[in-house]
Amino acid sequence: MRARVQLDAFDPAAELAGFGAGAGALVTFTGIVRDDGGNLAALEIEHYPGMTERALQDFGDNAARRFDLIDWRIIHRHGRLEVGAPIMMVATAARHRRAAFDAADFLMDWLKSRAPFWKREIGRDGRAGWVAAKDSDEDALARW
Amino acid sequence: MTLEVLYFAWLRERVGHPRETVTTDAPTLRDLVAELTARSDGHAAAFADLAALRCAADQQLADLDAPLEGVREVAFFPPMTGG
Repeated sequence: MRARVQLDAFDPAAELAGFGAGAGALVTFTGIVRDDGGNLAALEIEHYPGMTERALQDFGDNAARRFDLIDWRIIHRHGRLEVGAPIMMVATAARHRRAAFDAADFLMDWLKSRAPFWKREIGRDGRAGWVAAKDSDEDALARW
Repeated sequence: MTLEVLYFAWLRERVGHPRETVTTDAPTLRDLVAELTARSDGHAAAFADLAALRCAADQQLADLDAPLEGVREVAFFPPMTGG
């Protein structure tokens, strides 16, 4: 499967073994749980089973057509993630650099605002809150 | 018609459960929201701000004015925060 949603951790380097044979350019992006304010204990990510897998597959298919990709991967975790853990990755393989970069950027913009995931921050003090969507993420989609 | 209605994130918390089976004649998602809002205070809180509401019909993102005919599963949730 080119698109995966999973509870388990993944190893970004291991995911690339054998990926994109014949390509001239490989681009990967990995998102990591970060602690901006010094109070984050973990993220909890909820998703919509069924719709999520379908949405990620659609995004990948769209990117493959638009940027003439040789191959692509999307992996996104759900459940509880500790600070420093990889949340998700995209990988794109194309004949040339620009298409691989643009396709990865395109996939990230769609993942941010159109894939049915919701992040909840769990603080070290035990307080929890849903992360609000950013207007800048919505605006980024308009580029495409 | 009978629909499965799913809720996610803070809409789920406000409604108090993740899914319910609903029998309705609502022609659009917007009409369904109006019916659900009347079900409980929790539903009313979940649907208080339609600008913060996103929805899907049969697992495809949909507008509030989308028709419900033939749809079997509807989901309501806040703006998505993946990536």
